[in-house]
Amino acid sequence: MSLIFYVLAALSVAGALAAVLLKNTVHCALALTVAFAGLALLFLQLDAQFAGFAQILVYIGAVAILVVFAILLTRGSETPKDGVYSRNWPVGLVIAACVFAVLGWAVLHSMSALPQGTSAVPVVTVLDIGNALMGRYVLPLEIVALLLTAALIGAVIVAMHEKERPK
Amino acid sequence: MISNADQIFVLLQHWLIGFLPPVLRPVAAVLLSAVGIIAVFPTLFALAVWMERKGLARMQNRRGPNRVGPFGLLQPIADGIKSLTKEDIVPLSADAVVHFMAPVVLVVVVFMGIAVLPIGRNMTLVNMDSGLLFFFAMGASTELSVFMAGWSSRNKYSLLGAMRGVAQMISYEVPLLMSSVAVVMITGSLSLDKIVAAQNQYTWGLPHWYIFTPWGLAAFVLFAVAATAETNRSPFDLPEGESELVAGYFTEYSGFKFALFFLGEYVGMLSISGLGTTLFLGGWSAPFSILGFVPSWIWFFAKVMLSICVFIWVRGTLPRMRQDQLMNFAWKFVLPLTLLNLFVAALWRILGDGWQRWVVCSAILLLTYGLMARIGMYREHIGPRKYRYAE
Repeated sequence: MSLIFYVLAALSVAGALAAVLLKNTVHCALALTVAFAGLALLFLQLDAQFAGFAQILVYIGAVAILVVFAILLTRGSETPKDGVYSRNWPVGLVIAACVFAVLGWAVLHSMSALPQGTSAVPVVTVLDIGNALMGRYVLPLEIVALLLTAALIGAVIVAMHEKERPK
Repeated sequence: MISNADQIFVLLQHWLIGFLPPVLRPVAAVLLSAVGIIAVFPTLFALAVWMERKGLARMQNRRGPNRVGPFGLLQPIADGIKSLTKEDIVPLSADAVVHFMAPVVLVVVVFMGIAVLPIGRNMTLVNMDSGLLFFFAMGASTELSVFMAGWSSRNKYSLLGAMRGVAQMISYEVPLLMSSVAVVMITGSLSLDKIVAAQNQYTWGLPHWYIFTPWGLAAFVLFAVAATAETNRSPFDLPEGESELVAGYFTEYSGFKFALFFLGEYVGMLSISGLGTTLFLGGWSAPFSILGFVPSWIWFFAKVMLSICVFIWVRGTLPRMRQDQLMNFAWKFVLPLTLLNLFVAALWRILGDGWQRWVVCSAILLLTYGLMARIGMYREHIGPRKYRYAE
């Protein structure tokens, strides 16, 4: 656990807390982006280049943008007068605590499942990930790729026939 | 054939670091390279602005800047001083923090993207296994800055510009990525250094650049279109269309923050030209094997500035598109063509060395493009082109 880890962890947690506690919804979305960035940097700190960059590309580049778009296009970014806090926030807190407890329990117990004595982290390069995807996991990859391509082409086709050309 | 002139910056860096104790050397090396990038690219930005103003002026029968320095060359410096001394106005209802952060985020992210570009032989600041992925991750983050600027200004024009900008950047990011994936498929690596190395071979004195292959040429054209849209350049400059939206998402920025947006935009242009150069134009490799004695970094920057000239030329030539045309063009035209190109690139790889792959890939692409042109002309009721001279 280095100093960098603590800085990044603090950044992520602060971002996540701000996303929950801030009043303005757009500020919340931007704070969530900070949390995403913190997570991406954590991945990078663990030498997981691919996961880190994919996190930035997908979460900051796409999901965050989708969130702010949704906020702007639906309700407007104006803050309601009585605040954004729900009345039954204690229930949410309990649920969040339960989820956190389960995750924490799972993570802590997975320590014993690891083979003992191999403290050195295996180096997984992007090349290894590519080889694994193209070798052992090629079938799931192809299925996902086919699904996504079909969705993409389907979306284009749905958009393509919006009006008949007047003759 | 690696001369001293080729490695001059690398040697300079080693010489400078030599003065420091060994503990500090890795940090100092990175810092020096970063300082180099931060010094060189704004200089190129100034040069690009000058070129743009001169070039556009020439295309529009004007003279362009010609008062400050020889040929107006010092005009960017005068502009810089002017924007530094101007008052920094923040609208009363603006969201001060986000308003301040937007240009900072843009400039930081854009400069980070440059870090992975191989500027010359042994001259990549951060040589990553997945450099291309990093570049696109940084490119995707600029959208957030555009949104932050537009939203925080509390101005209808800003917000409209930001919405247009973000929608456009998301749409064109897909073809941008897809056209680059073809290069990754052929090279078998996401590392930009390896992509350049794969192109840095010569047959009969001619280079193996990807633009000289059928799929590479098609991918390069699609990449150039998507890159133009991604950098909000004309004819895709709707987000800042001055006739409709004042200045789009940075309408409410003045003084040096405006200059930062300007800087971010041009450095973004330079960096995406650098990526295009790296992916398709052989990066820092010479166009003929005889010219290998010219330092590699000169080739890189020459190619980048040539791309900038094309950007300026296109801006001076084409009218601005409409928003619906822009979206239709991205999703219904460029995207299917990039998918086809991926298929062609896969065929190229499968067919292996030999003349067959040239014939098959060229035939597929030519047939598709020719057919599409014919069908498009038939649908739009455009016959063969007629020329009318002064009658």
